[in-house]
Amino acid sequence: MISFALIVFREALEVALILGVLVAATKGVQNRASWIWAGVGLGLFGSAVVALSTERIARAVEGFGQEVFNAAVLLTAAVLITSTLIWMKRHSRELCARLREIGGEVSCGRRHHSVLALAVALSVLREGSEVVLLGHGMLAGGTMFIDVLLGSALGLGLGLLVGAGIYYGLLKAATRHIFSVTSFLLVLLSAGMVQQAVGFLSAADIVPSGIYPLWDTSWILSERSYLGQTLHVLIGYTARPSLMQIVSYVLTVLLVVVLLRRFAPSSSKPAMPKMSRPVTA
Amino acid sequence: MRRILVQSLFALTVLAGAQPVRADTDGIEIIIKNHRFEPAEVRVPADKKIKLIVKNQDSTPEEFESHDLNREKIIAGNSQATILVGPLQPGEYSFFGEFNEATAQGKLVVGDASEENPS
Repeated sequence: MISFALIVFREALEVALILGVLVAATKGVQNRASWIWAGVGLGLFGSAVVALSTERIARAVEGFGQEVFNAAVLLTAAVLITSTLIWMKRHSRELCARLREIGGEVSCGRRHHSVLALAVALSVLREGSEVVLLGHGMLAGGTMFIDVLLGSALGLGLGLLVGAGIYYGLLKAATRHIFSVTSFLLVLLSAGMVQQAVGFLSAADIVPSGIYPLWDTSWILSERSYLGQTLHVLIGYTARPSLMQIVSYVLTVLLVVVLLRRFAPSSSKPAMPKMSRPVTA
Repeated sequence: MRRILVQSLFALTVLAGAQPVRADTDGIEIIIKNHRFEPAEVRVPADKKIKLIVKNQDSTPEEFESHDLNREKIIAGNSQATILVGPLQPGEYSFFGEFNEATAQGKLVVGDASEENPS
């Protein structure tokens, strides 16, 4: 039971890290909590669906369906997170102004909420489906239901704790610069996702890996350690990356920075709270 | 803006050029049983694409994972998966089963082609 709880925790940790940053980044968005919970719910439901389709996915694309599926989820998540980031950046001045003004919950654009919910759902999906699959397999293998239940609860609970820690830690450590700090983190997080996706596509022999490994830092920090795993999720740390992974990482960072500059000029005229919120249904 | 991002990624993929060279050699079989790899040590030649066929004979799923090889793949209970690795430099590359790390440990020993000794 304890070893199962540990595995659940490892998977939950990955999700918690992403959500902790994402939730901190969207502070101030109206009805944020309900959209995020909707995303979590959707992600859990999707996890069950994916877990039950494991063998079908595995057989697709000449036996490399899983790699392609993982790459697709990661790439889509990266696009959604970047998109959320641009949206937040566009409203950040307005948000900050109102935050100071009202000192509490603030409202701004609403149309982007579904993108945020989807980003959350996809972040839950990959790790979630692994937990569901393992739990299901253990039940089929004769493990007591109560053990699986307790193990999941313990692992998820611990993961939730870490996520909450990241969230409140970020809010506390960077109250005044919360948007810049979380933007910075989300750019690296997205680039890390793209880099991982490229890794999966190389594993499926769809994208060449180029030189592999380009370097090896496993002697300094192993990805098996909790710190290594945390950095893997947050900034895409890979001890032995391929050339293509590094190229895609750097290109993504550049691309997102350009997009942020282009679509969300931080030097734009100060947003008038009234003007910047036209009638949106 | 999303389009641009997606297109750039797609362009990156195309520019890099798909590499259709699949390992043509017959795969090397690794069995997972009682949460252990059999054989736990696999000898393969250097500088070649290697195809590992991992058969999970347990009823529970396993995740074949290797940071040395940059691979992770779920293998459902009583099913198999193909994992391509290489070309690799001579050396040792460890892998493990993420769901049963205590017992499921193995390594790929990559040697020079001359001293290749398939068992």
